Amino acid sequence: MSDVLARVTKMVVEHLDVEEDKVTGNAHFIDDLGADSLDNVELVMAFEEEFDIEIPDDAAEHIQTVGDAVKFISEKVG
Amino acid sequence: MFNLDGKRALVTGATGGLGGEIAKMLHARGAHVAISGTRAEKLQSLASELGDRVSIVPCNLSDGDAVDALPKAAEAAMGGAVDILVANAGITRDGLLMRMKQDDWDLVQKVNLESYFRLSKACLRPMMKSRWGRIIGITSVVGVTGNPGQTNYAASKAGMIGFSKSLAQEVASRGVTVNCIAPGFIASPMTDALNESQKEAILTKIPAGDLGSGADIANAALYLASNEASYVTGQTLHVNGGMAMI
Ligand SMILES: NC(=O)c1ccc[n+]([C@@H]2O[C@H](COP(=O)([O-])OP(=O)(O)OC[C@H]3O[C@@H](n4cnc5c(N)ncnc54)[C@H](OP(=O)(O)O)[C@@H]3O)[C@@H](O)[C@H]2O)c1
Repeated sequence: MSDVLARVTKMVVEHLDVEEDKVTGNAHFIDDLGADSLDNVELVMAFEEEFDIEIPDDAAEHIQTVGDAVKFISEKVG
Repeated sequence: MFNLDGKRALVTGATGGLGGEIAKMLHARGAHVAISGTRAEKLQSLASELGDRVSIVPCNLSDGDAVDALPKAAEAAMGGAVDILVANAGITRDGLLMRMKQDDWDLVQKVNLESYFRLSKACLRPMMKSRWGRIIGITSVVGVTGNPGQTNYAASKAGMIGFSKSLAQEVASRGVTVNCIAPGFIASPMTDALNESQKEAILTKIPAGDLGSGADIANAALYLASNEASYVTGQTLHVNGGMAMI
């Protein structure tokens, strides 16, 4: 879990060019971190590659916050 | 200007009149080109003509799964993802609507329009990642003006234009442009088959007084593929000798 959190945080920081301390569990990609809808799609694609998992479109829609992403990925990676 | 060194292009319909010229042009400006079509010997002879920086990636565009796999095949063959997609392959199945068969409609949409959707989608991910991409759809003047006997073809070509405008808005912020080229009457085996009076009738409608050539279309494709056209997106470039000014 913590490893996933660290990797996700790093990716979000790089992709959205935001300060690391803003990337908290509740941080909403669009409302808090300045992402647009395309950034969301790109982040999901990046998560898929980084963790070698598939994130189906309906699941991707529900990944709105950093916490959502970490939870989903942790469950998949096991 | 218009230098494509290091870029990788996928050109569909490269076995045809216009596609062959487009592939040659992009290649001459430094791109590695992946040429696609269904006629193996034609692909082979074009590849031999071009020499290096060329890969053969056959594909039947009426087979959805094969279309989805084409960009990956091009990537594997070229040693890197497609930077420039030229969706040029196209077919006609002309006939008055009253007599048009469902199959004539379906096949034209599949080959002309659906393959454009599938190829664009598959090429987009690496383009967005690298913050650079060019998607170019070869449509037709007929997609804008209409033409009797071509409801299916005109619909597919108009569909490509609407698709391109929408996608252009989705990805403009990522350095990916999406544009169409709309040829008018271009000299081809098809127009060669017209008789003199048919040709004359066509020419009266073209202010430039002549048919276009494959090179005219290839020049337009080179422009849209280039860095110089980075601020041009969602457009349809009409290359028609003035026959329709839209
Ligand atoms: N020539 C004109 O005056 C004109 C005017 C307006 C628009 N256009 C458009 O320009 C484009 C090129 O036209 P062109 O004159 O060069 O036509 P063309 O010589 O007939 O070439 C058509 C190309 O499409 C490919 N193609 C057709 N069905 C295919 C399929 N199921 N799977 C894979 N490839 C397929 C053919 O490849 P294979 O033969 O190898 O299968 C061929 O390379 C077309 O989209 C056409 O609509 C042409």
